[in-house]
Amino acid sequence: MAIGDISTLLVWGAATAFTIALIAYTSALARLAEATSTEHRAERAARVAAAKQARAAARETVGAGGPSGLVVPADVDAEDADVAPRSGRIDDAEPERPMTAPSATTGIARTTTYLGILLLGAGIVLRGVAAGRWPTANMYEFTLVGTFVAAVVLAVVQRKRVIPFLGVIVMGIGVLALALGLLVFYVQADAVQPALQSYWLIIHVGVAITATGIFTVAFATAVLQVLQDGRETGRSHLDHPWRSADGLRRSLARWRVTGPAWSWLRTVPSARRLEALSFRLNAIGFVLWTFTLIGGAIWAEHAWGRYWGWDPKEVGTFVAWVVYAAYLHARTTRGWAGRKAAYFVYVGYAVVLANFTVVNLFVTGKHSYSGL
Amino acid sequence: MTRDRQTTEPSPRGYTPEGLEDAFSAGQPPADGSGPRGAGAAPQLPSLGVVGWLRWAWRQLTSMRVALLLLMLLAVAAVPGTVFPQRAQDPDKVATYLSDHPDLGPLLDRLGFFGVYSSVWFSAIYLLLFVSLVGCILPRSRTHLRAMRGRPPRAPRRFDRFPAQASAELDGTPEEVAGRAAAALGGPRWWRRFRVDVRDEGRGVWSVAAERGYLRETGNLVFHLALVGLLVSVATGQLLHYRGQAIIVEGRAFANTQSDYDSFESGSGFSASSLEPFAMRLDSFESSFDPDTLQSRDFTAHVTITEPGSEGVQQRIKVNHPLDVAGAKVYLQGNGYAPQVTVRDPDGAVTFSGAVPFLPQDTVYTSQGVIKVPDVTSGPQIGLQGVLLPTAQQVADGIYRSVDPQPTDPLLALAVWTGDLGLDDGVPQNVYQLDETGLTQSLDDEGLPVTLYLRPGDTVDLPDGLGTLTFDALPRFVALDLRHDPSLAWVLTFALLAFAGLATSLFVPRRRVWLRLRPAGDEGPGSGRTVVTAAALARGDDVGLQAELDRAMDRLRGADVDGPTGRTGR
Repeated sequence: MAIGDISTLLVWGAATAFTIALIAYTSALARLAEATSTEHRAERAARVAAAKQARAAARETVGAGGPSGLVVPADVDAEDADVAPRSGRIDDAEPERPMTAPSATTGIARTTTYLGILLLGAGIVLRGVAAGRWPTANMYEFTLVGTFVAAVVLAVVQRKRVIPFLGVIVMGIGVLALALGLLVFYVQADAVQPALQSYWLIIHVGVAITATGIFTVAFATAVLQVLQDGRETGRSHLDHPWRSADGLRRSLARWRVTGPAWSWLRTVPSARRLEALSFRLNAIGFVLWTFTLIGGAIWAEHAWGRYWGWDPKEVGTFVAWVVYAAYLHARTTRGWAGRKAAYFVYVGYAVVLANFTVVNLFVTGKHSYSGL
Repeated sequence: MTRDRQTTEPSPRGYTPEGLEDAFSAGQPPADGSGPRGAGAAPQLPSLGVVGWLRWAWRQLTSMRVALLLLMLLAVAAVPGTVFPQRAQDPDKVATYLSDHPDLGPLLDRLGFFGVYSSVWFSAIYLLLFVSLVGCILPRSRTHLRAMRGRPPRAPRRFDRFPAQASAELDGTPEEVAGRAAAALGGPRWWRRFRVDVRDEGRGVWSVAAERGYLRETGNLVFHLALVGLLVSVATGQLLHYRGQAIIVEGRAFANTQSDYDSFESGSGFSASSLEPFAMRLDSFESSFDPDTLQSRDFTAHVTITEPGSEGVQQRIKVNHPLDVAGAKVYLQGNGYAPQVTVRDPDGAVTFSGAVPFLPQDTVYTSQGVIKVPDVTSGPQIGLQGVLLPTAQQVADGIYRSVDPQPTDPLLALAVWTGDLGLDDGVPQNVYQLDETGLTQSLDDEGLPVTLYLRPGDTVDLPDGLGTLTFDALPRFVALDLRHDPSLAWVLTFALLAFAGLATSLFVPRRRVWLRLRPAGDEGPGSGRTVVTAAALARGDDVGLQAELDRAMDRLRGADVDGPTGRTGR
């Protein structure tokens, strides 16, 4: 059996391990959601009961229709306990609880993540051996290394405390990427054309892929941050009537971020701490991305006789860089910090992905190394 | 205009751009919550006259919000350059687009969509961005320089709202403990950790203010200033550079003069006299291909460089390994075959002899080219148009294709045109195309176009008694790019400075630590014991802040191990 085929088998193994990890993370998240929403409902029911009792007591003492000295929370009046408070923070009632998810599922998730990382790492090394060069020369190899980096960063972030939601997003993206890699981007391991025969293949491409992997975890963190922020500040678009489309809103209302379906958010760190994590990851990613631009310019100077030529890939990398630069500015700008700054992370990550897929596959330029 | 603390009060901390949210500079503990904060007062109409308006406009341009807006605009404005073909990269595609879209094309052309990166609107965005950057960074640099010379900001009155806190009771008077604290925070002389300022607050109370990580702001400023340097370097390079393309056939030489280039472009600051005189001869060219996939694996051009007054030097040019010659760089950009042919008239006199580059069209080097024979002694001018197949394989009668990029069995297939080549009317012509307007194609007896097939060494008769054509040899040619850009070193320097500044500004922690030292108990300064309270503040969220404060307290406690401690953290 050729080394290249063993590499491919190992990658299939990694994809399988990551799929199991994804299922385990999802199941952990589902259990967590169920447990916390039951708790949420029980608490709410208790509060409703207590308030009704108190009101009844107040009626008895003050008399019906009389001014009540007792302030009853507005939401308690509602018959349907699902209706969330119209405004105001859910804070004091809901302190952050570092509740760990069911240990068996998170254990499986963690172990299969590690296993997948080992298999994928071995697959990447053997791929390099089979091709006789550093394995970052075509889209299949980019996908492998990018997924590897994202999984490693995820494992590092989760080393002390598993946040199943991050696992679901990162593993979801990772499994999708590996499947696309194996089924669509796959090319035979081979040597490369003269333009790619340079040590910059290791530095420039390697750093770019590493940055992409880190941006993936940062993106997942930013998604969680915005959800958590919505819950902390009681912001939910599903809480306010949608005029004519209100029927649609009602059918979606149980998914509002302030409702019981998202009660598991009380088990994850605060939006402020998630923002700090997202920033740290994005800052590392941004510095690496800057290096990608500079290293790419140096290589282009060697290979193509110009350091910058507005090649589609260069433009895409530049646009992503500018968007992440805007993110760094936004988070220190009054009125843009926190939730709004996180939207820049979404845009930036979308540009990074588009730069990897759309530009490689559908736009002709000097970076046409997809091998397809 | 939204006014805020920084604009309405003369800030003791110096310049801050409008809209920058920075609890650190303000010396305040961070506000609670993570939602949008500090919306500011109601808009206020400035009735300030022209100067006031200008000041307002400047203040707006250098504000964080406008910088953010310009960054977003820059990102959006860069996108059309990948959607529409660009003249600078591919003029042919632009021409195709214009002919395919006769309605939309000219409008887009007027709006600059085929030259996005040199268009007015793109330039306006990045120039405004740089003006905004300079207007923000220069005053910040002044403020930072002052801060580096000045004392760390004095300890705030209350410590209870800061993110990191600690306390302890130690031996010694407050003054002694303050001295110990200053030494502990400052570290050794050769590696200053904190800059420390000790103050006597009166009534026996002392305070220590310490700050570290000035490098963070330095890095931030260096990054932004380096971007300005980068822009200036690139612009200078644009002004002074030259770039030329030349095709050299094996055995032939090229002289570095503007007329020897096939195409040449230069910045407006370039003068032709600055071309260094040197000659370059292509000795040989080697290529190798993967035997299975036929993908290219290696290209090497062996050249001899002769500079005036010196012997020729043999050199090698490869892809990724350009050659430095007399301040210019020579890049190997392309290669192909240039069939060496000789055309003789019916009397046997040579009317054309030379190697004619045929341009490869695919990975197996199916190459197209034109041989123009204008200098005929009598009769019409001759144009030969056709393809070269490096390794010809017959697919059907009269149909060949190339199966290998290497010249194992070359075949030249040419159609013959006669008439007026159109070379004499002074209009520049593409040497790889035949202008067929003044020409007629030679036909055989059956009325079909004549095709001549030649292998190296073959001589065939041209139709209609035009003479003979000999395929003498098949040398290779290389397409070289020669480029000179005096700003390259500066561009690289500023790019690396920007990178170093960026990494420093993101990864160096900036922290302030304050200690307040009060005499313990009610006995006053005479008790010999001191209560230490401490607080720390960092720029941005800083996971290491409490650890930093704890380390400082541990070092301070070093001499006083049995002192009771009661640290409180968050």
